[in-house]
Amino acid sequence: MAAASAAARMLSDGGADDEERWLAEGIAGVQQNAFYMHRALDSNNLKDALKYSAQMLSELRTSRLSPHKYYELYMRAFDEMRKLEMFFREETRRGSCSVVDLYELVQHAGNVLPRLYLLCTVGSVYIKSKEAPAKDVLKDLVEMCRGIQHPLRGLFLRSYLSQISRDKLPDIGSEYEGDAESINDAVEFVLQNFIEMNKLWVRMQHQGPVQEKEKRGKERNELRDLVGKNLHVLSQIEGVDLDMYKETVLPRILEQVVNCKDDLAQFYLMDCIIQVFPDEYHLQTLETLLSAFPQLQPSVDIKTVLSQLMDRLSNYAASSSEVLPEFLQVEAFAKFSNAIGKVIEAQPDMPVVGAVTLYVSLLTFTLRVHPDRLDYVDQVLGACVKKLSGKAKLEDSRATKQIVALLSAPLEKYSNIVTALELSNYPRVMDYLDTATTKVMAVVIIQSIMKNTTCISTSDKIEALFDLIKGLIKDMDDAQDDELDEEDFKEEQNSVARLIHMLHNDDPEEMLKILCTVQKHILLGGPKRLTFTVPSLVFSALKLVRRLQGQDGDVTGEDVPATPKKIFQILHQTIEALSCVPSPELALRLYLQCAEAANDCDLEPVAYEFFTQAFILYEEEIADSKAQITAIHLIIGTLQRMSIFGVENRDTLTHKTTGYSAKLLKKPDQCRAVYACSHLFWTDDQDGIMDGERVLLCLKRALRIANAAQQMANATRGSSGSVTLFIEILNKYLYFFEKGTPQINNSAIQDLIELIRTAQSDNTEADPSTEAFFSSTLRYIEFQKQKGGSIGERYEQIKTSS
Amino acid sequence: MVLVLALGDLHIPHRAPDLPAKFKSMLVPGKIQHIICTGNLCIKEVHDYLKSLCPDLHITRGEYDEDARYPETKTLTIGQFKLGLCHGHQVVPWGDLDSLAMLQRQLDVDILVTGHTHQFKAYKHEGGVVINPGSATGAYSSITYDVNPSFVLMDIDGLRVVVYVYELIDGEVKVDKIDFKKTATTTMHA
Repeated sequence: MAAASAAARMLSDGGADDEERWLAEGIAGVQQNAFYMHRALDSNNLKDALKYSAQMLSELRTSRLSPHKYYELYMRAFDEMRKLEMFFREETRRGSCSVVDLYELVQHAGNVLPRLYLLCTVGSVYIKSKEAPAKDVLKDLVEMCRGIQHPLRGLFLRSYLSQISRDKLPDIGSEYEGDAESINDAVEFVLQNFIEMNKLWVRMQHQGPVQEKEKRGKERNELRDLVGKNLHVLSQIEGVDLDMYKETVLPRILEQVVNCKDDLAQFYLMDCIIQVFPDEYHLQTLETLLSAFPQLQPSVDIKTVLSQLMDRLSNYAASSSEVLPEFLQVEAFAKFSNAIGKVIEAQPDMPVVGAVTLYVSLLTFTLRVHPDRLDYVDQVLGACVKKLSGKAKLEDSRATKQIVALLSAPLEKYSNIVTALELSNYPRVMDYLDTATTKVMAVVIIQSIMKNTTCISTSDKIEALFDLIKGLIKDMDDAQDDELDEEDFKEEQNSVARLIHMLHNDDPEEMLKILCTVQKHILLGGPKRLTFTVPSLVFSALKLVRRLQGQDGDVTGEDVPATPKKIFQILHQTIEALSCVPSPELALRLYLQCAEAANDCDLEPVAYEFFTQAFILYEEEIADSKAQITAIHLIIGTLQRMSIFGVENRDTLTHKTTGYSAKLLKKPDQCRAVYACSHLFWTDDQDGIMDGERVLLCLKRALRIANAAQQMANATRGSSGSVTLFIEILNKYLYFFEKGTPQINNSAIQDLIELIRTAQSDNTEADPSTEAFFSSTLRYIEFQKQKGGSIGERYEQIKTSS
Repeated sequence: MVLVLALGDLHIPHRAPDLPAKFKSMLVPGKIQHIICTGNLCIKEVHDYLKSLCPDLHITRGEYDEDARYPETKTLTIGQFKLGLCHGHQVVPWGDLDSLAMLQRQLDVDILVTGHTHQFKAYKHEGGVVINPGSATGAYSSITYDVNPSFVLMDIDGLRVVVYVYELIDGEVKVDKIDFKKTATTTMHA
């Protein structure tokens, strides 16, 4: 009745203000009665003291306050009761009143709540006096508190009992210890109090109208620590060793937890047990503890509690390696594995994210406790696959996040990716990720490899790896690639390109297998990806060619081992794939690289073929002027270094090259390319080409082009244009002059110097940079004269001053 | 004292996955005043990394660079020195001193920094000094066999430049140095 009207009053308008008023009234009541109580105490009037203390405690009979406010009122009363207790102690010690009499006297208080508070207070003094065994008094008190069945008031009363009895438990080594059995009494007392408090706490849930269920839940939460405190007390009792915990304490607590059938209580208390008792105890009672889970209410968030337990034990395992054998001894992994399996089975409607979170905790636990047991790790992954099977690819982003966490954990633990590759269920879990997350995961895997600079050295491991990162390698079936950010895509592909360099084996045969495996996969990438991945493969292959250089490339009839020739075939195939992009400039560069490598392997036909391919690309695919200029210089530079070609092949290629050079769009570019070609006909090597005629022809041609360029500048701009080209050509003349090319003589050089001088003086606008260029060239000539010897002699004939 | 980092031919990711760890730990932001890079980074990530080491970054175009807008050559003045930068694939024969000397005359610089061969070189001729910082990652080169990762740090102080070359040989970083001085005129000597 009182509760209903209290609730009704709480519903009235301005409820919060009313509560403030009631609290104020209550506090005033406490203070007033306390005042009179103190006055009675000062005049040693026990009777009046008791009367006023009872009145003061009557304020705690209110039903009008929420737990938060009641607590405030309670604390006021509590403080006063401390003083009363001190008085009682003095009185009984002095002998003015025996504690037994006092114990009897307070029971005359009119209302049961004040009576019980007073009783507890006297009980405290009673125990301290040691006139009766602690266990007897405590037993009496805990029973009598049943007199208050109102949840809020009962909880605070029992909390009071707990507070005043804490230091008076007949614990082992305590001054209140009775006989050998008294520890049981201590435990029993606390357990009883706990059980009763829990019952009261649960009962709160069912009070009041249904609409206020949420409010009640909130209020109950405010009170939960009152109940939990008892467990804390139990954990502090010295006499509660592992055996007692195992035999008595835990089973009794769990019994209450299960039987109360209240999800709020169950969740809080299970968590409390885990937090409050030592990890060592949990390990040793794992089976009992875990068996409670399936018995809990279905609405309890078991996975959070389980995860908490596993995380705690993971940390315990990480704290010291000495505890690890214990884990093995109690078969912790198996127990957890089974428990989780049971929970998941019992709740088929559990959302995927919940199940995966559980597996993440279990995996973390396994990696901490049994890192060497790959089979355990694989088992966890397998269980996860089982839960995911039958479902489509995940769409819940939280679940996806958890799966990424699940898959990242082994990568972080095992710095060598090869270990993770041995987990057979790893790729199966990945299959359940949506395309975007598969790619994210692939990048995580690659980053792990790069960070640990792991080298993966067998083709089968590489196959496994490429299977995992297939989201990056090729378009997946349900690809929505129109949404792909270009920057992200580039980053992804560049990371694949970097990865290729981590795939290596010193054994050439194995390395060749690796190259073939990589090629097979990257060719599936399509036009978008090839420009990123092909170069890496090409250079990886060229490195192998260099290692094998000198090995006979013509072994036939045997099991063909790795030879440069074989590798060039692969290279040819690979570069050819770039035509589908199309990427002619890149392909040209790569062909030229291969040509040079073939040259070093003495494979003339192969080198010639690569040049042919490069030239075809130049003629047919490279139309941009700027690109042509770079390409032509790369061709000239490469061809200049070729020593392998016979006369015919060489002639064909140089003829083509000079032809291309002369056909560049702009005259200055033509000029430069043509004089660069002069180097094709002269090498310092005695065995190499030294064709002075052709050198001179090139230089003369360059001069003609330079002249034409001059004339054009004259015609179009009126000015005589820059003489830079002439100075460049002059430098080239000097180059060959110095090398001793017979066809280059000093008179040609002299003429050229004069020509430049004249052109410069004709120039209306002075160009400081060309002047500086000319001056430094002339300075060079003078410097060479100073060298003496044959060089000095040769240069002597050139006059630099006009 | 002005510190100039000269490096190039990293060829990331085509020929190398990353700078050597030992180099990375040495290259710390805020210690260097200028970076000159011969080219062939090849990707934006490398550009951004270099930029993070020093905002005054100069790059010339290598034939594999992703960004086609880098210039073919660049000149800049640091203290008393005029520096020239060019990747080097444009100068045929590749790595030829005399041909590079011509480029140096044409650019009218005291120090020409160029790459492409992946081989560290620092030589002086009557026209100045040519420096090749090699390949910072030790990338494959058709021209040079057994490339060791290397880069160059120049300490420019008045008319003197000390060239420190850092090379990673068998897992250890070896340092060597060469002094160059220039007179008040434009000529340089060691």
